[in-house]
Amino acid sequence: MAELVVFAVFAAVALAGAFVMLSARNPVYSAIGLLASMFSIAVFYVLLDAHFIAAIQVIIYAGAVMTLFLFVIMMIGVDRREDTTEPIPFQRPIGIVLALALGVLVVAAGSKAWFTGSGRFGSVDLVGTIGVVADELFGTWVLPFLGTTLLLTIAALATVALGRYDVAATEGEEGP
Amino acid sequence: MTLTPGWFMAVAAVLFALGGAGVLLRRNALVMFMSIELMLNAVNLSFVATSKALGLVEGQVASLFVIVVAAAEVTVGLAIIVAIFHRRPSADVDELTELHG
Repeated sequence: MAELVVFAVFAAVALAGAFVMLSARNPVYSAIGLLASMFSIAVFYVLLDAHFIAAIQVIIYAGAVMTLFLFVIMMIGVDRREDTTEPIPFQRPIGIVLALALGVLVVAAGSKAWFTGSGRFGSVDLVGTIGVVADELFGTWVLPFLGTTLLLTIAALATVALGRYDVAATEGEEGP
Repeated sequence: MTLTPGWFMAVAAVLFALGGAGVLLRRNALVMFMSIELMLNAVNLSFVATSKALGLVEGQVASLFVIVVAAAEVTVGLAIIVAIFHRRPSADVDELTELHG
């Protein structure tokens, strides 16, 4: 029963945060709404006994990614608001219709699997501690894991290269 | 009434749809990027809920990989947005109709 109450509260927070992110004109409010949503998802992970993923969610998403987002928003300037007029006619109604269609399709596709419960197989009471996840990650999935290390290195190099490119271009003859 | 993983999947579906709506409706490149992050988070939640429902740890491993790829994506994507901002006054995607700087 207590689990259900926690779930209801944080589901409301997650959906409200997502809606704030969607509707706020100021990008800082959007970032804070997304942050609330991500923390709620971390609470969901704890409810689902995925403790390691919950910690990773807080450290990487709420910590690193959202800090990076807020840093970029602050660097670019927070006073710039998005105007609501659309230069392309009918873009907003078509966007709303497409978004509703996406929501209806996802809910229709998923609703068969929800609430009815699925047949259990594998270990019955899975608790996603760091040891359980590490056994699987460094056993079966060690090659994809090494691939992600390569991916992160390439991403860091690409970011440095993009920054260098920008400096080199503004110092060139053309000017900004 | 007990809490089944299906409830989490339902919340994940609604979050995914809200993220998709953000990509479709917003024009600020940063907010669109945040919406993509929300969609990735919703898929992660769905993976972990399925992992709990089936009693298999592979769902959590998959969501770990999604988190790593999302971190790399955020790094490169924000670098591109900052590079665009250095040359243009706004991050409005409707003004980015050509590839050259």
